[in-house]
Amino acid sequence: MNSRSKLSRRDFLAATAALGGSALLGAPRPSFAAEVDWKRYAGTTIEVNLIKSPRSEWILKNLAEFETLTGIKVNAEATPEQQQRQKTTIELSSGKPSFDVVHLSYHVQKRQFERGDWLADISGFFKDPALTDPSFSAADFGQAGWMFATDAKGRLLSLPFSVDYFILYWNKDLFEKKGLRYPQSFDEIVNCAEALTDKSSGTYGFVARGLKNANVPVWTALMLGCGTPSVSPDGKILADSDEAILAAKYYQRLMSKSAPPGVSGFNWAEAQSAFLQGKIGMWIDGLGFAPPIEDPTRSRVVGRTGYGVMPKGPKEQAAATTGDGIGVTRQSTKKEASYLFCEWVVSKKMGAGLLQTGSGVPFRSVVIADPEVRKGVKMPAEWLDAVLGSAKVSKLSLPVIVPVTEFRDIYGVALTNMIGGADPATELKKATAQFAPVLAKSEG
Amino acid sequence: MISTDRAVPSYRLAPNYRPFVMPALIVVCAVIIFPWAFTVWMSANDWTLGQARTFVGAENYINLALDARFWESLWHTIYYTALAVILPLFLGTIAALIFDEQFPLRGFLRGVFVMPMMATPVAIALVWTMMFHPQLGILNYFLSLVGIEAQGWIYDQATVIPSLVIVEVWQWTPLVMLIVLGGLAAVPREPYESAEIDGANGWQKFRYLTLPMIGPFLMIAVIIRTIDALKSFDIIYAMTQGGPGTASETINIYLYNVAFSYYNIGYASAMAIIFFILIVILSFVLLIVRQCTVWSQAGDGK
Repeated sequence: MNSRSKLSRRDFLAATAALGGSALLGAPRPSFAAEVDWKRYAGTTIEVNLIKSPRSEWILKNLAEFETLTGIKVNAEATPEQQQRQKTTIELSSGKPSFDVVHLSYHVQKRQFERGDWLADISGFFKDPALTDPSFSAADFGQAGWMFATDAKGRLLSLPFSVDYFILYWNKDLFEKKGLRYPQSFDEIVNCAEALTDKSSGTYGFVARGLKNANVPVWTALMLGCGTPSVSPDGKILADSDEAILAAKYYQRLMSKSAPPGVSGFNWAEAQSAFLQGKIGMWIDGLGFAPPIEDPTRSRVVGRTGYGVMPKGPKEQAAATTGDGIGVTRQSTKKEASYLFCEWVVSKKMGAGLLQTGSGVPFRSVVIADPEVRKGVKMPAEWLDAVLGSAKVSKLSLPVIVPVTEFRDIYGVALTNMIGGADPATELKKATAQFAPVLAKSEG
Repeated sequence: MISTDRAVPSYRLAPNYRPFVMPALIVVCAVIIFPWAFTVWMSANDWTLGQARTFVGAENYINLALDARFWESLWHTIYYTALAVILPLFLGTIAALIFDEQFPLRGFLRGVFVMPMMATPVAIALVWTMMFHPQLGILNYFLSLVGIEAQGWIYDQATVIPSLVIVEVWQWTPLVMLIVLGGLAAVPREPYESAEIDGANGWQKFRYLTLPMIGPFLMIAVIIRTIDALKSFDIIYAMTQGGPGTASETINIYLYNVAFSYYNIGYASAMAIIFFILIVILSFVLLIVRQCTVWSQAGDGK
């Protein structure tokens, strides 16, 4: 009897620990909007299909938080990009997808998903205060984000998750040795690249993707600076215009005169590993590939790399933009619970972590603009400046069409041929003749 | 004496036997007949996943005939297959002749030689990709030691197919060696003794005795290697994905891209049917050639 009435030291410690634990794990924390009834769909189980990337790894790492917040059980799988695109296309077109939530790359899958009518219209949920955080707004996701997430009829089909801009990585040591400064124009990129190239010592001024398909965003990034998108908003192909040919000439000159041998077989991974060795002057690619540069176990250019907004082209300055979003499948029977998951993924807290760990850049301006969030960013300040600077001159990297892969493959072959010495104008005309019927058929 | 009064067996089964055939028939229909017929049907449709399907008859086949990329991929397939059959055959035969001799550590060395065959193709592809890297790869480092300039290997359109074949040769020469070694073990010794008495030299013994006698085994190696090389996908896909450009795009890779990157199921089906017909023709040719080698071996006895 006595032992029951008396509080032992062990009981006291256990109770304190339990209290502490409940404070940590307790229902809605201030990070998540109190107005939203997060627990409404407790007990539901949802299936989530993600693209394997640092972004999805960040989601998976924090899944327990969502499950505690909502009581919804999540079964998530992350598959590599190409396999995920195949799996989702096959499953969604079968009409019976095995998942409720799907992660999509806007720059490749947006039009395809819209044509297939595969995503649920979440406009209603977005306006519902019981389901959506009041800080969410169209403006908050930025122009590019909102454009990606809505279809031609103005329906909201997904929530914009993470954005990526093409930036110019540059090796400060090599620039200093030659007394060069950060290029301010495309012509200066070419001049710097050629000045930095010293084949006898294995130093090259420039690297970028040369491999078919992967190389197209590099060219379209240059094309935006020359003043044109690859396909106009009304569907006219501009990829063989004078501006496109000029961009291809820049690409050809950089890749054939200042890039390492074998570059026509390089995807981003080969370009990245070449840059990490410290013998490459400049590299144009997405800013999401930056974290390994600052990792001393993998890089020889830690702290010596500059991150710059894409310099101004002959016509304008533009940062080629790609992005990914997360949406609910039309066939899902658990749309509200799935929507809550999407909302959690793009929440301020998740976005802050994404940015701070360098895993990705959220679309939402409430995250990017918050000085507290910025303080915690592990990447160098210059990288963050490149993010903010790119956001101001953001333009879509790839055309919003169904046959994006065919577009990238066909023009990708033309670009690879150019590295081998083929004439840009002839190659682009040939590629356009090949691509025009594919595009016409897909939209017809 | 064979009895002549026995009824000629009828191929028509008694009705009470029919249910026993059904499971096998269902399986064959489900996994062979139906997919094949469905592919033929799909090849007559214009069907991209996520879009409406329309019947177009032979249009996919006509487009295929006019598709330069298809013809290019067909040429790459032939080029790749020819190299990936001839080189292992040649090297494998030499290796078998060497390992047929008696020398110290023969068993151990045979084991080492066979090891590449046991490795996983994708793992092999990743390791070789690193070795082929123009700046960081060990192959160019070795070349630099002997004063040869760096090569583009799989990163160069001109050298990509021979480079991929190097990997194929490395992996599959041991298989040819094992087959030929089996053949050599079955070769009788007497003809060699006669030849030696007649004063035949080493080359003559090989050319007029060994080669004809291992001919059927070489033919088996050719058939196995041809089938393997034609269907080769994993190494090419993991190393180059058909690139640079489309320089190493074989029919398999192109077919895969059309079906699973462009989701153009109708066109991909037409391509699969054409590829199937080509393989059937090739199989007939190989079978006829094999019949010929068997005949030449046993010809003296018949």
